[in-house]
Amino acid sequence: MTLDAKIPSGPIQEAWAKACFDMKLVNPSNKRKHSLIVVGSGLAGASAAASLGELGYNVKCFCFQDSPRRAHSIAAQGGINAAKNYPNDGESVFRLFYDTVKGGDFRAREGNVYRLAQNSGKIIDQCVAQGVPFAREYGGSLTNRSFGGAQVSRTFYARGQTGQQLLLGAYQALERQVHAGSVTMIPRTEMQDLIVVDGQARGIVARNLLTGELTVHIADAVILATGGYGNVYYLSTNAKGSNATAIWRAYKRGALFANPCFTQIHPTCIPVSGDYQSKLTLMSESLRNDGRIWVPKKKGDSRPPNEIPEDERDYYLERRYPSFGNLVPRDVASRNAKALCDEGYGVGKSGLGVYLDFSESIARLGEKTIRERYGNLFDMYQRITDENPYKVPMRIYPAIHYTMGGLWVDYQLQSTIPGLFVLGEANFSDHGANRLGASALMQGLSDGYFIIPYTVGNYLATNKFPKVEDSNPAVQEAISSVRTKLDKLLSIKGNRTVDSFHRELGKIVWDYCGMARTADGLTSAIGKIRALREEYWKNVNVPGSGDDLNASLEKAGRVADFFELAELMCIDALDRNESCGGHFREEYQTADGEAQRDDEHYSYVAAWGYAGADAAPVLNKEPLEFHYVHPSQRSYK
Amino acid sequence: MSTAQVVSNQLPPVTFWQSTNGKKVVMAVTGVMMFGFVIGHMLGNLQMYEAPEHINAYGHFLHNLGELLWIERGIMLLAIALHILSAIQLATRSNAARPIGYSRKEAINSSYASRTMYWSGPIVLAFIILHLLQFTAGYLHPHAQFVPGDVYGNVVAGFQVWWVSAWYIFAISLLGLHLSHGLYSMFQSVGLAHPRITPLLKKAAVAISILIVLGYISIPISVLLGFIK
Amino acid sequence: MKLTLKIWRQKNRNDKGAFVPYVMNDVDPEMSVLECLDVLNETLILRGEVPVAFEHDCREGICGSCGFVINGVAHGPERGTTACQLTMRHFKDGDELTLEPWRAKAFPLIKDLVVDRRALDHIIEAGGYISVSTGQAPDGNDILVGKEIADESMDAAACIGCGACVAACPNASAALFTGAKITHLGTLPQGEPERERRALSMVAQMNAEAFGNCTSIGECTAACPKEIPLEVIANMNRDYVCASFRRRDDLPTPVPPAVHRA
Repeated sequence: MTLDAKIPSGPIQEAWAKACFDMKLVNPSNKRKHSLIVVGSGLAGASAAASLGELGYNVKCFCFQDSPRRAHSIAAQGGINAAKNYPNDGESVFRLFYDTVKGGDFRAREGNVYRLAQNSGKIIDQCVAQGVPFAREYGGSLTNRSFGGAQVSRTFYARGQTGQQLLLGAYQALERQVHAGSVTMIPRTEMQDLIVVDGQARGIVARNLLTGELTVHIADAVILATGGYGNVYYLSTNAKGSNATAIWRAYKRGALFANPCFTQIHPTCIPVSGDYQSKLTLMSESLRNDGRIWVPKKKGDSRPPNEIPEDERDYYLERRYPSFGNLVPRDVASRNAKALCDEGYGVGKSGLGVYLDFSESIARLGEKTIRERYGNLFDMYQRITDENPYKVPMRIYPAIHYTMGGLWVDYQLQSTIPGLFVLGEANFSDHGANRLGASALMQGLSDGYFIIPYTVGNYLATNKFPKVEDSNPAVQEAISSVRTKLDKLLSIKGNRTVDSFHRELGKIVWDYCGMARTADGLTSAIGKIRALREEYWKNVNVPGSGDDLNASLEKAGRVADFFELAELMCIDALDRNESCGGHFREEYQTADGEAQRDDEHYSYVAAWGYAGADAAPVLNKEPLEFHYVHPSQRSYK
Repeated sequence: MSTAQVVSNQLPPVTFWQSTNGKKVVMAVTGVMMFGFVIGHMLGNLQMYEAPEHINAYGHFLHNLGELLWIERGIMLLAIALHILSAIQLATRSNAARPIGYSRKEAINSSYASRTMYWSGPIVLAFIILHLLQFTAGYLHPHAQFVPGDVYGNVVAGFQVWWVSAWYIFAISLLGLHLSHGLYSMFQSVGLAHPRITPLLKKAAVAISILIVLGYISIPISVLLGFIK
Repeated sequence: MKLTLKIWRQKNRNDKGAFVPYVMNDVDPEMSVLECLDVLNETLILRGEVPVAFEHDCREGICGSCGFVINGVAHGPERGTTACQLTMRHFKDGDELTLEPWRAKAFPLIKDLVVDRRALDHIIEAGGYISVSTGQAPDGNDILVGKEIADESMDAAACIGCGACVAACPNASAALFTGAKITHLGTLPQGEPERERRALSMVAQMNAEAFGNCTSIGECTAACPKEIPLEVIANMNRDYVCASFRRRDDLPTPVPPAVHRA
């Protein structure tokens, strides 16, 4: 398959305007005749559903939670980037674009990233108008801070709850459309399959999580905004319910899955405390602005941190990266922490942790200032660990946080299935091999507010939509395959719980396809995943039945998909014989241990196609061209 | 229950009255009116510490206000009626709002007074009725002869009965309890609150309530102790 | 440590429901209450019993999914903490924990500890927004908002919609939830044009749902994991009173309440 990203020719600065002008429009009076399905109600989904509803389309929006406001975008803490240059520090659209492409280690598509940077300012405007209470200066203007890896202050924030406030803005816009009647919100319902009729995505099969009823929803286009697949790792900063089912089922219906091995490990999470651990809690990256990261110089030093004298501490990020210091990008910070812990310098009970120390900032700025900046994060840390970070350094360790990979989409955010659009973290498009801090919120909202309303219109205006009956074989096939799968899961009644399988799967993926990967490790991981998957389908115990609220059954379906996705991640990681961004292959590193890219052979998007249950996935390559930002070895020294 | 459905296209006052918020405003406003009465009445009562002629003249003055007295009584009756009606309707609604209660429920922030408004209110009401029958109408005047016009004498005679005084002190204390929450709550209900002022308001409500209670109960206590004869 | 969890079990709305005690011998003090339930559920599944249904998602105290009454207090004994962040170190060896769902007519029970909180969405739907469609916004800095104003708005905007306020209120009132949104939006200059209309519509919907009234008693704010101040209710009342006596023909009508839909 040749992959055409459909980026308009000509200067990148005018590409989006040109694309918009070239798009066909839907007559305002015809808009309500078009039905659209939006799956997911996070930043991308809610903003898309709201904006499309405002335009007059007939939208159905689905989420598996009890309310659209629960989507996991709500947990983003740090902020949202925008090329506003309010602080007058040299920010521009081009710089944001440049930083994002470079931060993504030259594995993102220039055209998409440039458009993202162009839209970033409008997002802030829109959110302000919606009543998002961004942090302000005393004079009333918006305030900015610098954030992980950026040398300009381009990050807008609302205390440590930026994601929450942006999501509530989008959620409120969505509820406004629900009241207006243009959007129908269908909560507690999970997409189970995509319905493809004559090559077009025409609807979904969804399961009502309260009654177990399977329902068919037909529309003219389907928009997936279902987030990332970090929960493959079991322990991640994702919500417990976050899952890959929607995009995975779409993959199995013919959409390509791009760069599955590009996953991001966030450097500052609270370390694991025990086997029962169900999830990892993120501490915002903004903490690195004022906290200094260190480990004892002596291996296995068990003294309390306050008793370790200054000259016996290794501020390793400041030592190795003098110009960026503690603010190096996430992948670099994470890898260094892991490497030191692996060597035995780690701290805490498990030895998997490094210190994030605020004592110097507190001495310099006063506890009050630190409390103002990070009070809620410090409180959260103390709540979980029972340690007071104003007195004792925090212990942090990297954790899976974001997945850059996702369904392949073109410039119009359309997947390889016509009529299937993919937004936000669920697609692969903007972050390359590593996402910069405060960019995920930006991408989700850019896709939802400012891109999909245009591109979906173009698709609707240029295609025909014959009526699809429930009796259509494609519909019947989809519904029966879902039913078969659920029945199968319920009928095994084996000896292990879904969670025990999930935990074991997560450990395999974390060990072999986590922060550092090797060809041998990945090969053996694929074998282990397959074996475990086989056992899963023989020995899992899903209690209860399929006709009421059954959390185990929901999990079982999701984990079944995670097994297959985990395998694809390893296949992709094995195939990419280079290190780039979050994908670090130990075989490919520079003399001083930095990621070594191979632009000659791997400057492409790896878009995998499903070839059947037992067949190997098919690799399609979209070559990446860089006309504006020339690939260089990333250096944060 | 009338507040279950609020239709917004009817007359605003009707919608207002049907909403729980509106009823709370009514309770606040009528509460203020009754509070004014409580204060005025207390100041009047404190004339007991002066010569008997003073308070008797004051009583005489009040009784001879004519229409003004009946207007005042009418307003107070209306206020009481609305206060009670709102309370009953809101309480009914609240009960319906939690058909199945908790097996265990801890109060972690609310004051005793605030949780007992539905008890202190009716008891105070019962007291007011008995009180009117005793000192205004004179129907109930145990162990003594009611003398119309002799306020001073009636009070002394009434309070010399220990259980009349005890009941009075008990009821007034409940009134104080009621006020200690009500005086603050009425500001919340009409929308006057501020993080800096609210804590002061809460303290002021308690202080005023205590003063009112002391002001009232000092009289039966003085009578029982023989300071007022 | 050893704990007894007395959990409300109820198959569905029509089932009677009862408390079932579960003894847990190996509770780690670092666990959260939800992780404790996870461990319990694992054993229940392997014993062939039906696991306890409880709502949860982010497990970092921000999504608002989780919540039940623990020993008579919504979200448990720690102030400003959701159930998912409540660690077991706050309990002692041998303690008995009573777990009950939110009890309110407006929150019909679904299963065990899970209730239907759609009524809260309805209140937002009625007017908990600023009517600005995508693309209409002026530059962010065209609207100046003083820091104190932004902070006050943010204090109210921190609401996570978990419903603990309703659960903790002796009247099952949603005043804190509604007041929080009215304050969040009404405090900001962006929210000013719709301020009265918003108060009327949201209060109308709040009244249409089966919530009780506010008696200013303050249990809600103490149970609130985000410690939303009680003043937000006064703000709602003020806006409502000011807005009430003006004739308007174009108010959104309340949608059918959640209890009736179910």
